[in-house]
Parts: sequence; C-alpha cells; structure tokens
Amino acid sequence: MTAPAKGPADRVGLKHGAGGRAMRALIEDVFLGLGGPVDGIGLSALDDGAALRFGDQWIVVTTDSHVVHPIFFPGGDIGRLSICGTVNDLAMMGATEPLGLTCAVVIEEGFPREDLARIRDSMKQACQEAGATIVTGDTKVMGKGEVDGIVLNTTGVAVARRVVSDAGLRVGDRILVTGTIGDHGMAIMTRRRDLQIEGDLRSDVAPLNGLVRAALAAGGEDVVAMKDPTRGGVASSLHEMAAKARVGIVVEEAKLPMNAEVRAAGEILGIDPLVVANEGKAVLGVRPASAEKVLAAIREHPLGRRAAIVGTAIAERPGNLILDTGFGKRLIAEIEGEPLPRIC
Amino acid sequence: MATERELLDQLKFRDPQRARDLAAALAREVKAIGRDPVSVMHVCGSHEQSIARFGLRTIFPKTLQVIMGPGCPVCVTDMPEVDEAVALALAGHRIATYGDMMKVPGSVKSLADAQGEGATVDVVYSVQQAVDLAKANPEREVIFFASGFETTAVATAAILMNGVPKNFSVLSAHKYIPPAMEIVAEMPGTHIEGFLAAGHAASITGAAVFEPFVKRHKVPVVVGGFEPLDVLAALLKLVELIRAGRAEVANMYPRVVSHEGNRHALEKLWKVFKPIGGRWRGIAHIPNGNLRLRDDWEHVDARKRFRIEVSQLWDYAPSGLAQRCICGDIMAGVRQPSDCELFGKECVPESPVGACMVSSEGSCRIWHTYGGMPDLSDITPSSETSTTDAEKARPTEVRS
Repeated sequence: MTAPAKGPADRVGLKHGAGGRAMRALIEDVFLGLGGPVDGIGLSALDDGAALRFGDQWIVVTTDSHVVHPIFFPGGDIGRLSICGTVNDLAMMGATEPLGLTCAVVIEEGFPREDLARIRDSMKQACQEAGATIVTGDTKVMGKGEVDGIVLNTTGVAVARRVVSDAGLRVGDRILVTGTIGDHGMAIMTRRRDLQIEGDLRSDVAPLNGLVRAALAAGGEDVVAMKDPTRGGVASSLHEMAAKARVGIVVEEAKLPMNAEVRAAGEILGIDPLVVANEGKAVLGVRPASAEKVLAAIREHPLGRRAAIVGTAIAERPGNLILDTGFGKRLIAEIEGEPLPRIC
Repeated sequence: MATERELLDQLKFRDPQRARDLAAALAREVKAIGRDPVSVMHVCGSHEQSIARFGLRTIFPKTLQVIMGPGCPVCVTDMPEVDEAVALALAGHRIATYGDMMKVPGSVKSLADAQGEGATVDVVYSVQQAVDLAKANPEREVIFFASGFETTAVATAAILMNGVPKNFSVLSAHKYIPPAMEIVAEMPGTHIEGFLAAGHAASITGAAVFEPFVKRHKVPVVVGGFEPLDVLAALLKLVELIRAGRAEVANMYPRVVSHEGNRHALEKLWKVFKPIGGRWRGIAHIPNGNLRLRDDWEHVDARKRFRIEVSQLWDYAPSGLAQRCICGDIMAGVRQPSDCELFGKECVPESPVGACMVSSEGSCRIWHTYGGMPDLSDITPSSETSTTDAEKARPTEVRS
C-alpha cells in the first residue's frame, strides 16, 4: 500500500463554497480568527460587509469574487454580476450611494479578447444603472489551466448615515421579498445542465441600490434587517436572520412570488427555489406598522413590481425557518452544500 | 419535461381545502378504530418527501403513526456499491450519475469527495444524458452509476436495448421494492397494520404484484400517488381497510397505475436485469432486492468490464460501524434515533452511517437537525399572528 490516503475532511470541497452550513463552518474554523475588535460591524458579524464608524457616519466596505459557468448566461454575464453583487452587498447594509468600486481581474491565457470587451461593456452598463464608478483595478494573467477562464473581484466603498444589519428582527416583524425568487440560480442550472424548459428562464441580476433607497425612504428606521439572497437562496438568508436575532420565521409558501418557469424547473430538478440563488432580489425585515408602506414603495420601483410580504418573525423555534405550505407546516433545514438534482 | 397539462393536473391534486376535508375524514376513521396508535408504513422516499414538503404530518391525526419505511433507493445504496463507483472514478473513468448519489458516503469517501480529488463525475438527470456524454467523449470510458427503483431501472434497460456507444457501461445499484416490503413486514417487534405502496414503482409492476404479499401477511396495501391529495386519499383508504379488517390491495393511483402493470416495461426490465440478494444500507440483507445486469449484457456491465479494486481505497480495514446501525429498527418503528449508540457521534449528517441519516427526510437526519421530531401543529399561521400578541410574547430588544 502507498502512503495513507488523506480523508476528505482534510480538503476543501465544493460544498464549502455553496453558501450553506459547510461554508459557514469553514469560515468560522479558518478565517474568523483574522478578525479583531472594530468600532462597528466587523468580520465576526459575518454580515454582507463591514461598517466602520467615521465621525457620525459609517464607512461601509464589502468585497466579492465572482466565478460563474457559463460566463455568459441568459439575462447577464460575469461582468454584470460582479458589479451588481458588490453594489447589492453595500445596499444591504443601508449604503445605497457607492463612492467607488475596485475591480481586480484574473484571466486565463488564451481567453478571447472579444469576450473580455463584452464583459467590460456589461460592467459599464451595470455601473451606469447603479450610479457607481470603478476607481481602481488590477490585472493578472495566469497560464492555461491555472485558472478557469476568468475570475473577477470587486470591492465597494460607501458612506451611510444609518447601517442596517441582518440581525435586527424581533417578534412580529414582517418579511418582504422584493420579487420573484430563484431566477438567477435556475437560469444558470438549466443552462449548465442543458435542460430545456419552455419559456424564458433568465437571471435577475440587477443593482438594487435604487430600490433599497426607496424602501428606506418609505420605512426609515422600521426597516430593521436586509439581505440579498444569493447563494443558498431566500432560505439561507432567512436562516441567518432568524439565527442572529433569535427568532423563528414563518413563511407562507403561497405568497412567495415565483415565475412559472422557475417552478417547473424546480419540480423537474427536485430543487426547491427557496434555496436557489438570486442576484437581483432582497429580503427585508420590517416593523409591522410600516410593512405595507414599504411594500408599496418597493412595488413602485421597476425592479420591485412583484414584491410581496411573505412571512413573520415569531417567538417559537428561534433560529428555525418554518414553511406554511397551505396544507400544513414544515421546517426548512439549512442547506449543507450545493443543491443537486435528485431522482427520488 | 412537465407539460402544461401535467402542471394543471398537479394543481388539481394540490387543493388545500380538499386536503383539509380528507384530513378530517382521516381523523374520524382513525378515531373509530379506537387504538392508539394505528401504525402504517410507507415504503418509498418519494412519499416521505411529499409528506415533508407539504407539511402533511402536521395535519395527520395524532394517533396515526405514519412510519417511514425503507426509504429512497439512493439512501439504501450500500457502502460497497458506492466504493465501486469511487474506485472506478479514481481509476480515471468518467462517472455519470444522479445528483443525490454524489453525497452518499462509501466506506471511505463519496463521489463528491472523489471529484474533489480530481476525478471526473458528471451529474445527469437521465440515463440518456449519460449516453450522450459517452457519444460526445468517445476517447474516454463513461460509466453510468445507476440508482433507483424499478421505475428508473426500466429506463436504464430501455436505453441499453436501444444500443449504446462502445465506451458506455452501467454500474447498477438499482433496487427492487417488493422483496424489501417482505423483510420489513417480518421485522421482529413490528406492529404495522397496513402499507402505503409507491405509485411510480407500481406503474411498472402493477398493483397486482402486492397480492401474494397481502395474502401472506394479512395486512392491506394501498398504492398511492405523490401529490398531497393522493397521499391523504391513499391513507384514508388504508385506514378504512384496517378498520374493516380487510387485507386486500387497493389502487388509489389509477390515473397512473394499472392492475397488471406495464407489460412492455416489465419485459424490458427482466430482459436486462436479474434480481439478486444484497444489503440495503442500514436495513438488512434483502433477498432479490438488488437489480444487476444479466449475463447477456456483460459487454455493458462495468463490473464485468473493469477490475474494480475497492480495497485500494482503504488505508485501514472498513469499519464495522454499519453493523451497529439500528436504521432497520427505526424504520420498523420499534426504536427511535436517540436509542442508537452511533447517533450524533459517529453518525452525523456530514458523515452518515445509515440510510436514515443519509436522506434529508430520514428520521435520524430530522431528529439530529431539530433535536427530536418537531411538533409544528400549534404554530400560528403567519397571517394570523397579531402584532399585539407578538409583542406581548417577547420584550422589545434594541440592537446595534
């Protein structure tokens, strides 16, 4: 026999990047020790970004690396994704006016120049929609096979008067989603698996800072928690909100806005759209008195037409997410790793 | 591919009001029997999935114990079968399989782990897709790691009969349900009064396949579908039969299942596959419970075509953990997860030992995740939560 084989526990697996429990465990185990005391929201909060006190305001910073297959997908591409991801992470902290973005790009030798130009153009387009500017950047080229196509990292900085964390829920607060769920992830998955679904399955990738601005203008301090439900979907975001605020959350399945194509793809693949990524949606926790007002403001915005109040924070089962299916209720388990299609 | 018609059909069987009516009838029937509990078992993961997905347990009468039987074909795939697939993958062959097979643990690693070490493993959603993969990559051996009950086994058989490319072969982990029901019905201490049989598998074998079983064990079997109303209607029928003391087969899924089954599909199934005995993970040795390729199909049988060196995976002897697993008893409803010495220690969701911990709907997994079987029946539906009650329930907290 050769040298003892290392067990799978010694290696990083794909599940460690899927936005679920495994990823959180990896971060807590390896990276959390890097953090230290900060005046504001730092690494230990594991929020969408950091908020550092600066006089009577907050400097909000967030960073995100982007890899996606395919690079160009229905509804967007990696360029649009890289801008929207960072703009949205800032917005989820209450910082809707990005001061500037950085862009670092790692490119594989042989990558077509034409594709690069296409990615640049869509970054530009997304920046315009968000009112954001790239202020500095970095470029690296790696040998063939050393990186898969292209990796984009963006960092965003903004100033905010009030920071919204993802831990502010209390019992009775209402849960809003700003539109149909699961569009981005299902578009990617069906494209990757070459699954033919009739109709138009498109990513929802879009900058949300304008919509969030409208929601905050309407709800003010009554908007108490925000998250963008990317990897791990709405379920993961709600799990985090529930766990951090020590409340339970009940979601009414019938109220979740969903495109028919996403529903069909979910049925076929055996994947619940609740755990599928979104790139142009937000989940908000709002004090009950302002919920309808905030909903109306979001619906006024072009990206929020199908927004809905979908749930409520409760005192029972803190940290848990309960789905009211219309037939009965069930707990939604936190996802472990990447959702995979199942046969049974 | 779901057509519009199918989606409409589906909606018809998802009417909450009719579900409540059926649940009320179910409660009346169970009460009339007068025993507590009345125990029935379903034998298919798809039923548990439907029950779990729609939260039906919260509307079942409390005195009706719906026991989860042998589970899904994926969770009962035993470690040696996974080991074979992992060994083939690590030997440089391309493995194609259904998504939920990726995480099923072998004695040392899963296919997902093998993929992490550089093996090529493709997730497919049909056997046809695996064949297409072989066609597109003629320079490499593509091995379809096939799992599923008779329903999916027929699909595998049909594809093989149509002819496949030279570089395509099958590693069969297909399972056959009827013999597993025999084993469960005979488990010591079992008190199951009726069985809910899986509609999709019965669409192949026909409802009649359960008649000898019913005669032998003197318990009713109801074939049921998977929409909420299908499940509730089938359970109602089952409880009615129990109350009347009638041991017979009833078909509550006639829109899909016939009495004699699909003769063409059965011919294909038995032309390509033969039943042999083998272990189902955490349950028992099931005589005739595994489907393997017949000798005429050697040329597409990965077990015949390759020397599979499973022992190379081990740097120590494979553990005897599986022997200490009590999944079988848990499924028979005679013990609960906390009675197992492995539970929460050697056996956890990240590295499960038995079938009940592999499946996301498995009793042990649910027990582990939620600290027992959660009772959600008293949780107020969200729209009825009044603000004042909610605020009374919990003092206001200020958070930064």
